[in-house]
Amino acid sequence: MYWTYLRRELGGRVRQTVIVAAGLAIAIALVIVVNALSAGVRDAQAQALESVYGVGTDLTVTGAAAEPGAGGQGPRFAFGGDEGQSADGTTSLSQSRLTTDVRRGTLDASVLGTVEDVDGVAGASAALSLTNTTFQGEIPDPSQFAQGEPGQGQRPQGGADGAGGSSFDIASFTVLGVEPDDTSVGPLSAVSLVDGRMLEAADAGQDVAVLDETYATSQSLAVGGTIDVGGTTVQIVGIVASASASADTASQVYIPLDVAQTISGSGDVVSTVYVQAASADAIAGVQSALQEALPDATVSSQSELASTVSGSLSSAGSLIANLGTWLSVIVLAVALTIAVLFTISGVTRRTREFGTLKAIGWSNGRVVGQVAGESVVQGLVGGVAGLAIGLAGIAIVNLISPTISSAPAANELVRAGTGGGEGGLPGGGGGGFPGGAANLGQAATDIVLHAPITVWVVVAAVGLAIAGGLVAGAFGGWRAARLSPAEALRSIA
Amino acid sequence: MSMTESAGTAVAEHTGHVYRLTGVRKDYAQKGRTVRALAGVDLEIEAGGFVAIQGPTGGGKSTLLQLLGALDRPTAGAVELAGTDLARASNARLGRIRAEQVGFVFQGFNLIPTLTAHENVDMGLEPLGLPRAERETRVTEALAHVGLADRADHRPGELSGGQQQRVAIARAVAKRPAVLLADEPTGNLDEHMRDEILGLLEGLNGEGLTLVVVTHDSAVARRASRRLRLEKGLVRDVSG
Repeated sequence: MYWTYLRRELGGRVRQTVIVAAGLAIAIALVIVVNALSAGVRDAQAQALESVYGVGTDLTVTGAAAEPGAGGQGPRFAFGGDEGQSADGTTSLSQSRLTTDVRRGTLDASVLGTVEDVDGVAGASAALSLTNTTFQGEIPDPSQFAQGEPGQGQRPQGGADGAGGSSFDIASFTVLGVEPDDTSVGPLSAVSLVDGRMLEAADAGQDVAVLDETYATSQSLAVGGTIDVGGTTVQIVGIVASASASADTASQVYIPLDVAQTISGSGDVVSTVYVQAASADAIAGVQSALQEALPDATVSSQSELASTVSGSLSSAGSLIANLGTWLSVIVLAVALTIAVLFTISGVTRRTREFGTLKAIGWSNGRVVGQVAGESVVQGLVGGVAGLAIGLAGIAIVNLISPTISSAPAANELVRAGTGGGEGGLPGGGGGGFPGGAANLGQAATDIVLHAPITVWVVVAAVGLAIAGGLVAGAFGGWRAARLSPAEALRSIA
Repeated sequence: MSMTESAGTAVAEHTGHVYRLTGVRKDYAQKGRTVRALAGVDLEIEAGGFVAIQGPTGGGKSTLLQLLGALDRPTAGAVELAGTDLARASNARLGRIRAEQVGFVFQGFNLIPTLTAHENVDMGLEPLGLPRAERETRVTEALAHVGLADRADHRPGELSGGQQQRVAIARAVAKRPAVLLADEPTGNLDEHMRDEILGLLEGLNGEGLTLVVVTHDSAVARRASRRLRLEKGLVRDVSG
């Protein structure tokens, strides 16, 4: 009889049932989608971190950032007077420079040993982050401008356009000097071999390189070929790709650390030491110990690294965390309020009914159970509908697969996009690299956002629905329980 | 076995009367004033009787019926039903008494509009916790008793006023109560239907069910074996 009564009551006031269920459904769908998107952004952040710092990296040790405006030593190009002369007097110039990050300080290479000696460190690997910038262009014979008389009909000749014009092109790619015998920690732990071979211990001191697959394809480079790195011809021995399908690798070119130090002329320094702790519990202790051992360095944990991932990934995370969560809370509160008000209003409207039921012997508990049951079923209907809408929303997100870009702090040049270094680049201080960050390319990582569906989401949706129904039912039941049968019957007499 | 055999027979065998009211007073607080609905009622109602209570509006008729039906407690005095003082019984006990010993019939029928006649009658048996088969038997018998066996699947909206009141009576007697309390049971019915319902109630009374009917209708009161007049909170027997 309980279910018959309940079914007939809900069926007898379809509009109210639909309004309450729809309110809860929208709220629950929002909660599901927001939660799934949050999880998706978290996964994306993890992928972004892995692509930059490698799988299993718990901590990083880096040099302190340069003071704003101090300016590092940017790539500087110097050409001799007789360099690049061609037959028609046009001067063709081409030069590559391999430089360290002008925005971030470096660490002495001995830091690696210090790190490895700290208790709780399971593994450590050093890398030197560099940028190779190539200046290439043509200028016409300058002497023809001095000799010619204006107005005599002699047009300048030579140069890039044959009419005395000049043309300059600056291209760049990222280079990471890595320890060739250690791929367990650090950026190389997040790549997989596509062609050729990985760097090996025997490659130390050898002019060999492993290239990112995307970069190699875009530049038509292959295993067995060569690439100019800082004016040194380096043999390509392998092609790698990101181990994650939805993230890029940390660099476009990987070369042995000692070779990177030699070509760049940076000396015995590194940019980053990647640290793997012995256990998750040990991370905080290791971080403190490292900071103590290396007071001038910056020691960052995974969570801190995550906060350094910027770009639309960070914006999306912030949007979802703030607007999404609050929107869910507000809609849920409104839906609950509507459910409670409708339930109380329903009890008030059914005063005669409940008075009659009490008069024919129904206990308070039985009446309250009936009211609460109706509310819970309304909530469940809303929950199931909300679950369906939420899952459909997640499916749409996964179908669209929106791409979010992240700009990890390890490659701040991309974000900075400004020269500003001494000597600087053509275009002047603050003018930035020609072509902007896009030319530096690799560091800005595009990540496909997936909104995962978990059992937890389903359980949470059903739980919210039941809780919503119970809250509304509790208010309605409380109202029904307070109803005196005599007063209820008197009120309609 | 008749529809009224169970609790009614037990009461009659136990005491000879269903109710004994002693010095019953009932006050209501209304807009800061105390309104005295009953001002010291002494009354005994015999088992198997048909008692009609008349009186002016606001004279305390409905209040008295609610006290008899264990819906409310008196401000002072004792209301005994089959030996139980309703003034001192717990809420749970009052609920059990309403479920087992008292049947109610209201002027407005008070059926649940979304349920069928069969289901409405079944609602009256819900608190008894009877086995499903027993309930089914009682509902079918009750509906047959009021002549609505063929309307069991109809909802109140599909029935006439007289038929709805019959369903209400079936709901009240299916539990086999000691007493049937009816508040203006023919108030919403035309003369023909009134006679039908009265005939039905007289039939139930003839089977031994105690009837207490509050009515303004003298035609109904004349059919009762005992007539009471409630005026200014006091009861007078006007059976003559």
